[in-house]
Parts: sequence; C-alpha cells; structure tokens
Amino acid sequence: MFKRMITESRIKSPWLLHYDCGSCNGCDIEVLACLTPVYDIERFGIVNVGNPMHADILLVTGTVNHRNKKVLVNLYDQMPHPKVVVAIGSCGLSGGIFREAYNVVGGVDKVIPVDVYVPGCPAKPEAIIDGVVIGLQKFHEKM
Amino acid sequence: MINTCALILAGLVAAPLAGGLVNGLDRILTARFQARVGPPVVQPFYDVVKLLGKEKTVVNVWQAFCAYCYLAATAISVVLFFLQSDLLLILFIQAVGAVFLVIGALSSTSPYSQVGAQRELLQILSYEPLLVLVTVGIYLETGSFKIGQVYAWDEPLLLKLPFLFVVLGYALTIKLRKSPFDLSTSHHGHQELVKGLLTDYSGPFLALTEIGHWFEVVLILGLCSLFWATSWIGMIIIVATTYFLEIVIDNVSARMNWRWMLGYVWAMGLTLSVVNLVWLYVR
Repeated sequence: MFKRMITESRIKSPWLLHYDCGSCNGCDIEVLACLTPVYDIERFGIVNVGNPMHADILLVTGTVNHRNKKVLVNLYDQMPHPKVVVAIGSCGLSGGIFREAYNVVGGVDKVIPVDVYVPGCPAKPEAIIDGVVIGLQKFHEKM
Repeated sequence: MINTCALILAGLVAAPLAGGLVNGLDRILTARFQARVGPPVVQPFYDVVKLLGKEKTVVNVWQAFCAYCYLAATAISVVLFFLQSDLLLILFIQAVGAVFLVIGALSSTSPYSQVGAQRELLQILSYEPLLVLVTVGIYLETGSFKIGQVYAWDEPLLLKLPFLFVVLGYALTIKLRKSPFDLSTSHHGHQELVKGLLTDYSGPFLALTEIGHWFEVVLILGLCSLFWATSWIGMIIIVATTYFLEIVIDNVSARMNWRWMLGYVWAMGLTLSVVNLVWLYVR
C-alpha cells in the first residue's frame, strides 16, 4: 500500500531540473513557456527546482559537446533515484544541425540514459508537457 | 490523562496535517494572484510522500541528525503549545530547532548551503528578540506566561497589544520565509541562491524539514490566535486574516537584502514593541 502511495505521489509531484546543454535557447524559451499562466504546469504539481538534489526529472536541451558532457553527467549523478531524463529538441535527440561539428559529441543519449525523446526545432510547449507525462509513466516501470 | 493524550496526539498528527493544508491553500492563492490555476490543495502531501520514498543521499551524517533534531524540536514545541504550557519554553525549543536546521546546512561545504545558513542565522537574530518582546507584552497584560491562562483571559489581547501584533506579523513573515524576507531559501530554486539553506537536504531529509516547517506554521498561527482568544470565531478570523495578508505581502514584494531586513525589522519592531510596552506599563 505504501509503495502504491509513493508511486502515486511521484506521478503527482514531479520536480524538474532544466539543463541547457548548449542549445540555441529556442527550446529553453519553450520550456520556460510551460511555467507561464497559459500552460501553468504547476497544476500538475510540477516545479522547476534548479537543484539536482531535489529533482525527479532532468530536462536537457541542446547538443552535448566535449566541454559540457562532464557537467551533464555530474548533474545526472547528483539526482537521487528514481529519476527520468527527457531529451528535448532536434539537438538534444541527435545533435541536430551541429552533429557534424568537430566539438560535438551528439545527442544526450551518448552520455546518459534517456527515457523520453521530444522532437521539434524548437519543441512545442505542448510536446514538452506530453514528454514529461510519458516520463512520469516510466516511474511505474522503475519501481 | 486521556485528555492529555488526546492533546498530544492532536499536536503530533492534526498539526502537521493542518500545516500542510495551509501550505496547499497558500500555493493555490499565490497561483490565483498570478492568473494561474495552481496545484491541488493536497499537493504538499504528495511532495512530502514522494520525497520520503526517494533514495537517501546525505552529504554527511550530521546533516541527517540535524534534520531529525529540527523535526523533533518543532514537534515538541507544538505539542507543548497544545498542552497549554509555558510560552517562553515553547519559544526556546522552537529556537533550538531553527538552529539545528542551520547547523545541518553549515555541515555541508556547498557555498549555496553556507550562504543560506548564514542568512538564516541573521533571520533568527532578527525575529527572536521580537518574539520574546511579544511574550513579555502578553505577560504584562495577563500576568502569566502560561498559554492556558492567556486563553482564559476575558478580553481580547489585540485591543491592548495592537502594536505587538504587528511585531508578531514581522516575525511571522520572516519565519515563514516569505518575501521580502525569503533570504535564506529563495522561493524559486532556479535563482542565484538555488535553495539556500535547503540546497543539500535531499530526499527523505528534505521531507523531514518540510514537515518541521508545517509544525512551525501551526505554532506561529497559534501564537496569532492568542490575540483574540475570547471566541472561536474571533480566533479563526484573526488567523485567517493574518495568513491572507502574509500571502498578499509575499506576492507584492521583492526579496530585500539582509542589511535592510536587520535594520528595518529591528527599528520598526523594537520601536513598536517599546511603545506598546510603555503604554501597557503607564496606563
């Protein structure tokens, strides 16, 4: 019973950490748009925490390069289990138009395990919210 | 005996539940002020249950120890309040809890935690003298520090201690860590301070500090209720109005720095207290 209560609470109270991994800021603006009164994701208990130690879901936008991959891994490691990673935008998925550049590693999944992929350039706020909702269902599987 | 047990149970179970609901209402009202819908009223409970179920990660064991001590101290102070014990004793136990939270944050080397802890110490320095002065005012009027006797007093204290009630309002705003005094743990964790004092508390230990905070909310609202203790309706109105004003102030003001807080709160708080105490004394 306690297990069910905790899973239920996890789904109702996802705290987000948003990391800009070298995005053009297009996807970042769309992520922040979710917090505005138009989308108001706090309705679902979602809070943008900015602290990996408090976060349940890691949103990553932008391409991973050799400089910031260490930061990304560090943030991922600091998040307590269970955790979900959502990669956002073409760049986060595959490296996007930058994937051939000499300094680019590629998509987020080259460095940390990704649970949900949200495509788009930039991804729409609706798509990001959908991605987070699919990520929440992963908590059921992670129990 | 049965009565005492019931009161202890009320303090341990009903108080945090009430504190959580007040917190949920706070979040909904804040969202409405910003033209949003806001989370459900039980959202704080979802948050705490989720945090309790998360992986335990601590920076060092002292932090975990301090989180438990903070929760214990706040719970004891609320239980003593329900048992209608001594006001000074309650305030001192509550202060011990507050200091343990700071020690826990100081035990980590994170700069955010350190800065948050230093600011929290300054906040404690700002509000503790005010709380003691409010208690002195209550003593001068009723002739007792016992809460039982204050509740039995036959006229509302607000009429005799209006300025001290304002002073209690300052202490309440600082204690609830609301704007303009949200120095030690910023409301929004993605600003310069991250989560300040609470940055390195995570998972179940963050949940303990959250439950401790609910106890503190109940304790301070209980102190407010002392000011109109003659009728239940008066008590409810005074507590509801005070908390509503807190939320309004929180939403219309920006965060100030600690120099302003210390100067302003001490200047206003001490002046208002002295005026009220002198008036009580000479009348």
